[in-house]
Amino acid sequence: MIRVADLSLSIHSAPILHDVDLSIAPGQVVGLVGESGSGKSMTALALMGLLPRGMTRTGQIWLDDTDLAALDEAAMCNIRGRRISMIFQEPMTALNPVKTIGDQVAEALLIHGRANRNDALRIAAEKLARVGLPQDRFPLDRYPHELSGGQRQRVCIAMAIALHPDLLIADEPTTALDVTTQAQILDLLKELVAEDGMGLLLITHDLAVVAGMADHVAVMRKGEIVEQGDTETLFRTMSHPYTRQLLEASGHVPDGQAIPQDAPLLEVRGAVRDYPLPRTSLFGPAPQFRAVDGVSFTLMKGESLGLVGESGCGKSTLSRAILGLEPLQGGEILLNGTPIAPDMPPARRAGLQVVFQDPYGSFNPRWTVERLVAEPFHLLGSRPHDWRDRVRDALAEVGLDAAAMTRYPHEFSGGQRQRIAIARALILRPELIILDEAVSALDVSIRAGILDLLADLQARHGMGYLFISHDLGVVRSITDRVLVMKAGQIVEDGATDAVFAAPRHAYTQTLINAAPIIPPAWKEAQINEA
Amino acid sequence: MLRFVLTRALSLGLSLVVASLVIFAMIEVIPGDPASFMLGLNAQPETVAALRKELGLDGSLPARYLGWVGGMITGDFGLSYTYRVPVSELVMERLQVSLPLALFALCLSTLIAIPVGLVAAARRGNPADYAIMGATQLGIAVPNFWFAMLLVMVFAVQLRWFSAGGFPGWDAGVWPAMKALTLPAVALALPQASILARVMRSSLLDVLHQDYMRTARAKGLSVAQATRRHALRNALIPVLTIIGLQFSFLLAGAIIIENVFFLPGLGRLIFQAITQRDLVVVESVVMLLVFAVILVTFLVDVAYALVDPRLRRRR
Amino acid sequence: MTRLPAQLWIGAVLSTVLLSAALLSFLWTPHDVTTLTISAKLRAPSTEYLLGTDHFGRDLLSMLMEGGRISIAVAVLAVGIGMVIGVPLGLMAAANRGGWLDEVIMRGNDLIFAFPSLVIAILITATFGPSATNAIIAIGIFNIPVFARVARGGALTIWTQEFIMAARVAGKGKARISAEHILPNIANLLIVQGTIQFSLGILAEAGLSYVGLGAQPPTASWGRMLADAQTMIYSHPRLAIAPGLAIVAMVLGLNLMGDGLRDLLDPRIRRARI
Repeated sequence: MIRVADLSLSIHSAPILHDVDLSIAPGQVVGLVGESGSGKSMTALALMGLLPRGMTRTGQIWLDDTDLAALDEAAMCNIRGRRISMIFQEPMTALNPVKTIGDQVAEALLIHGRANRNDALRIAAEKLARVGLPQDRFPLDRYPHELSGGQRQRVCIAMAIALHPDLLIADEPTTALDVTTQAQILDLLKELVAEDGMGLLLITHDLAVVAGMADHVAVMRKGEIVEQGDTETLFRTMSHPYTRQLLEASGHVPDGQAIPQDAPLLEVRGAVRDYPLPRTSLFGPAPQFRAVDGVSFTLMKGESLGLVGESGCGKSTLSRAILGLEPLQGGEILLNGTPIAPDMPPARRAGLQVVFQDPYGSFNPRWTVERLVAEPFHLLGSRPHDWRDRVRDALAEVGLDAAAMTRYPHEFSGGQRQRIAIARALILRPELIILDEAVSALDVSIRAGILDLLADLQARHGMGYLFISHDLGVVRSITDRVLVMKAGQIVEDGATDAVFAAPRHAYTQTLINAAPIIPPAWKEAQINEA
Repeated sequence: MLRFVLTRALSLGLSLVVASLVIFAMIEVIPGDPASFMLGLNAQPETVAALRKELGLDGSLPARYLGWVGGMITGDFGLSYTYRVPVSELVMERLQVSLPLALFALCLSTLIAIPVGLVAAARRGNPADYAIMGATQLGIAVPNFWFAMLLVMVFAVQLRWFSAGGFPGWDAGVWPAMKALTLPAVALALPQASILARVMRSSLLDVLHQDYMRTARAKGLSVAQATRRHALRNALIPVLTIIGLQFSFLLAGAIIIENVFFLPGLGRLIFQAITQRDLVVVESVVMLLVFAVILVTFLVDVAYALVDPRLRRRR
Repeated sequence: MTRLPAQLWIGAVLSTVLLSAALLSFLWTPHDVTTLTISAKLRAPSTEYLLGTDHFGRDLLSMLMEGGRISIAVAVLAVGIGMVIGVPLGLMAAANRGGWLDEVIMRGNDLIFAFPSLVIAILITATFGPSATNAIIAIGIFNIPVFARVARGGALTIWTQEFIMAARVAGKGKARISAEHILPNIANLLIVQGTIQFSLGILAEAGLSYVGLGAQPPTASWGRMLADAQTMIYSHPRLAIAPGLAIVAMVLGLNLMGDGLRDLLDPRIRRARI
């Protein structure tokens, strides 16, 4: 049993957490939900006693009858890994690259003096098998780089449960993983909680994840818990406006969608894209990897087409080919009937623009916003004399005022930057905009605003969208039609509602089943009340 | 692992071939005929002709190149024009000074730098860190030959603990020989140790911020345990590169220090050979030094693979 | 106004003082160093000769001021050679990463790195005659791969960013992207590396002059003064102190400035100054 009472944190007198109260019983899953910067990760680090330097902590953290907040560092070392353990968001970097997974799991036992080396390795093998990494396929002497992200997260879990802790803290444990892997990891965690009777503090930004996992939910905002309670009751009542706002934003469907015309805008026919792999022999040709394997589809004028698939399925490669940045090894791509290729004339390129995922990496940090937004004018040969007016208009369309023009990208928030990126894509009035994970990095409330903006722009200008995402929820809310991609091929193609209601391909079914959802009945209560 | 070593060995061989071509070409582009260059302006035509014959300059370019490379592979480095002895003999004799000196300096620099770098990183932001960083900053700024002169002034001239220069030879016993190499080694090691300590510090600080250090702490390791068990080996990777670079620098770059202490080493040999225009010696010694650098780079690469499993591909 | 790092101040002051003294020597020195006053040889420091005189009766302070000119000029020009040739090579390599041009440039770099720099510098100056110009070329050649590598390394991380992709979608070619997007974003790295190579150039020039392969007499340089002082190390160790300190002060100043600039220009780069 762990109980947090009046926990407050501040750094240089700036408050981070304010009077947080939380308790987790054995065998209970507590979800801690909030947007980025809400203080949910700091709560976890405070529990572990691993706060960054310079933080001031007040309040108590009771583990049974011990106040962890009063313990010294040596005593905390004895608690960490033994009674409370933690797994983190980034499994790719969470393991030491130069030690075997066996050693790293065994270390948890050795460090607490619970076993000698041989026993520790034996127990490590058992624990790894328990988290789904059996010895015949994943021997102890594997190194982390030989494992996928999901497998590495399993190693982290094995490490964390090695000593039967009372509490496991999982900080966004599946955010960096694909949806099907996420489902497996969440199932594993649920199973471990049920079997071992440990408490689980699940920290996430995703309401749907807690809806499916947690017994008890706490919603955090700006360092305070605004609402907490039994999961179903909380979802059904939603007494705090912020909780309600979060829920609405997460399932947000923009209204007023444009009606696609019956004329093809983009035609992809049998597209094939190969990559050379690193050579395995000194002589002979390098092996090829087929990232896009005979993809065909058509996007109509004014249509919103979704392209979903997990990482490595070839969707980003396909988008680069459609943008005419990389050549195809087979098939063709036509925009308004004219072929797209790396050597196409600039004027044809002007019909195609793109918005990327990363609102921070999308802009040259040394350029002003007006110069950034005006960059596509390069395709016209020279900037038109009224370019500044046109930049101003484009910014106005995305809801930014002209004062933004002379500022630098770092002066804007993530959501504002994504608006600037949309203005840049819009400035030449292209017929097709590719949105490559364009809202994936944004918090739900900001995401909802961007989705509204995109729908609004489409209604006004009638451009087509190719909406590439790993997030089924987003695709479902904004597209007319959806393509499902797996291992370089399109496995399903159909009207979005139809595909989600009755997926035909087994992979699509897996994807849809794996995506965490909030039970519709819980939401209905909300809608009825509203 | 074997494939890794083999690929690296292949690129080592290629580098050697290219390097030998470059050196050969460099000697070729020296204005005028190598023979008359070596003998100076007032040489008799007969002497020049005789030397040309001796150097094998009558043959075609490819033949001469192959002759030179072939000779080196079989251990025949040619005959020094000024010393009138085989170059291989000269080099072996000089290596007896240069190699121990380089190793001595390298050990000193590594033994000083790694603990110092560790302390600085562990005490980051504390007075100890500032003191160490200030001292290393100064150590980098001091020219090693000037530092050598200061050492001579203090330890040879004032305190008379060491002699100011010269080398008694290994025949005189290990102790006197090592004593003669001590001041030069210290002078060589100081700037290198400063550089290495800074690399060690920053590399360790980098590693300490990695996610897997947080994982280790969450497992219940104390800061010291996590550093020892997880950070050190990762932090050593960049340090290895620098140690590799330093060895070749110490072997070749001791020319000036050898001059300060009048040590009969490789550096002094090449310097004398250049001023005496003994191109046979220059060509061969430069090739030998380049070989040493490339070999050390190769060894560092292999050492990398031993430290970092990501580099040795399985199956 | 952000607060300037302390080391930047100290470094800038040290190097500016030495640089100004060197520049001042074009107009004025306390004594004329071209005329030898044997009667005033080996004087101890006094109010007339602040640092004393050498074995030819020349004022040491005046010689230090003049000597700085050559040392600094050689180092600056060598950095210039390295940057002008190395940076475009590095940018080209990064723009064609993985391609044959990248391979050729990087292998060429490795090759230069494999040659012990001092040996080759000695070889070049000995072959073509010892002179300040040849010292510049010799040191400059070894700056080329350094700048090429720094430029390529910095450029590679920029190339993976999405704004490069946006520029490509705007139809811009490799050369234009390198000039408009890459170069401004690696300028910090290059400036910092520039100050480091500047300080290494001072050290290298001192070494070459010390063994007689740099600037030739009667031109004064810090390294030459040390070479002259060595012959009198037993009788007049004083002569070796001042030029050595001048070198240390200049190199230290530049290194501190480099560190400070790095912290100031990009606090995110926590990479080692080595």
